[in-house]
Amino acid sequence: MKENSALERLYNGIAKENPTFVLMLGMCPTLAVTTSAINGLGMGLTTAVVLTLSNLIISLLRKVIPDKVRIPAFIVIIASFVTIVQLLLEGYLPDLNEALGVYIPLIVVNCIILGRAEAYAYTHGPVSSLFDGIGMGLGFTVALTCIGMVRELLGGGKLFGFKVMPDSFTPIVIFVLAPGAFFVLAMLSALQNFVKIQGEKRGKDMSKIGSGCGHDCLHCMDESCADNRNKAFSEDEDKEETVEAPKEAPKAVENSEKGKKQKKEMTGTEKRTRREEKQKETEADSIELIDLDEEDE
Amino acid sequence: MDELLKVSSNPHVRSKVNTMGIMFAVVLALLPAAGFGIYNFGVRALFIILVTVVSTVLTEFLFGLYKKKQTIGDLSAVVTGLLLALNLPVSIPWWAAAMGGVFAILVVKCLFGGLGQNFMNPALAARCFLLISFPALMTNFATDAYTGATPLAALKAGEEVNILDMVIGKTAGTIGETSLIAIVIGACILLLLGIIDLRIPGSYIVTFVVFLILFGGHGINPAYIAAQLAGGGLMLGAFFMATDYVTRPITPKGQYLYGIVLGILTGIFRVFGSNAEGVSYAIILGNLLVPLIENITVPKAFGKGGGRYEK
Repeated sequence: MKENSALERLYNGIAKENPTFVLMLGMCPTLAVTTSAINGLGMGLTTAVVLTLSNLIISLLRKVIPDKVRIPAFIVIIASFVTIVQLLLEGYLPDLNEALGVYIPLIVVNCIILGRAEAYAYTHGPVSSLFDGIGMGLGFTVALTCIGMVRELLGGGKLFGFKVMPDSFTPIVIFVLAPGAFFVLAMLSALQNFVKIQGEKRGKDMSKIGSGCGHDCLHCMDESCADNRNKAFSEDEDKEETVEAPKEAPKAVENSEKGKKQKKEMTGTEKRTRREEKQKETEADSIELIDLDEEDE
Repeated sequence: MDELLKVSSNPHVRSKVNTMGIMFAVVLALLPAAGFGIYNFGVRALFIILVTVVSTVLTEFLFGLYKKKQTIGDLSAVVTGLLLALNLPVSIPWWAAAMGGVFAILVVKCLFGGLGQNFMNPALAARCFLLISFPALMTNFATDAYTGATPLAALKAGEEVNILDMVIGKTAGTIGETSLIAIVIGACILLLLGIIDLRIPGSYIVTFVVFLILFGGHGINPAYIAAQLAGGGLMLGAFFMATDYVTRPITPKGQYLYGIVLGILTGIFRVFGSNAEGVSYAIILGNLLVPLIENITVPKAFGKGGGRYEK
């Protein structure tokens, strides 16, 4: 699949970087409103609509919005759409609006929406941003509906409001309460990871599936990514060689003047201090890099 | 040189006590309470005990098959099952008891890495799981022999309770908690074998009594305090579940602190809470505080005396 194409974005949002099970974003509505499948579906679709539209608008305005006030600008755009959606819900789906309650206005601060605006829409074109929003929104909807279905089935014996369990089934009330949300979320995430690991065992390249890979290898800390690991090691080796070489010479001169025992101590302490210095240097470098990056944008 | 000198890393002095031995002693110490429960509530109590023990052991066995490492031999699953059964009312349906056993072993213990890694007591976590899931089934203490409320509930409602019955155990309640005598016999076995010490149970019970005197609303009223001590799961919890090796603090100071925290929490739940009982929630909450308690009670290493130890 071509990168940033419409289909790739949809696949990315629904499966590869599923916002709930892989990126672990937007946990608050995920845990709070998924007491039934309908609630999960409603919350997911509401968020998806806001996400899609805000992604589109932010992408269109990305050259106009000044870099320094981009977060307030995002919030204004997102808040406008949330207000529209909330008024529509109040007018046409009052029951759902009541069930979701305060979590509708709270979509404004949902980290999926702000995260996609910052990480994707602000740096990509409108079409791919639109499909990124649709993909992420559908991924969120699927995840919330799944969690809602499991919780409703176990905690109430129903599915989408219809009774499916026999009368002899005693509802396990804990699943519609807060602890149940954590159980179900954890189990489904574990299932997702299990599938990924099974795929790896069968020899498929799963290194980037479910690792939340944003192709930002410079700042990526994910050690499970094969590319990243190789890159990190090779970089380290390069640095060691370049730094070690020039400093070796003066040390040797110093060592020849002093006793053997002292020499050992010296090299030990020196190595340590030098390593610390090197760490500081690399840290400073990376900070500078980040600063530069931001300015470039 | 007849003896072969072994060269190995420490520890060099080994105790013959192993997990299985300790767990076997705990099972032995729980038998008086379990036996009295069967005598008091009839054969169904034995059936519930068997259901939970079989479900816990079977769950651990199946998980061991999956992980290719069998751990049922250490008897810890048996202890968990037995403790869980003693914390259930005799009228509970068998499938709920089995579900509790599976939850205790699978979710609380095995998924966190097996014995030694569980962050809360599996039996108590399962009890709380069942209590939240099936509140009606878990608080149905009416049996053929007893139709009234548990002594603690009666006490909370302001009724008179018969303390002699509570000490012997001829009252309504969960299978293993009713008889003070049977529990104390079991606790004495553990104390004499050196498996538990009085740090946690002692500080727990003393703190609870002090809390009752201060906030119980009855002042220093021996009858009220005795009824609170003999009723509910306090003794069972203090001697058998708060002292669980995995979920208690390892530092001696921390163990005293842990007992005090448990006493205060139990007091708060029983006196100010809406339920009559609060031991299981108190111990579970205490379990979660254990890492913090251990953190602030790290003993000073030898040679680090004098000033503050700087890291």
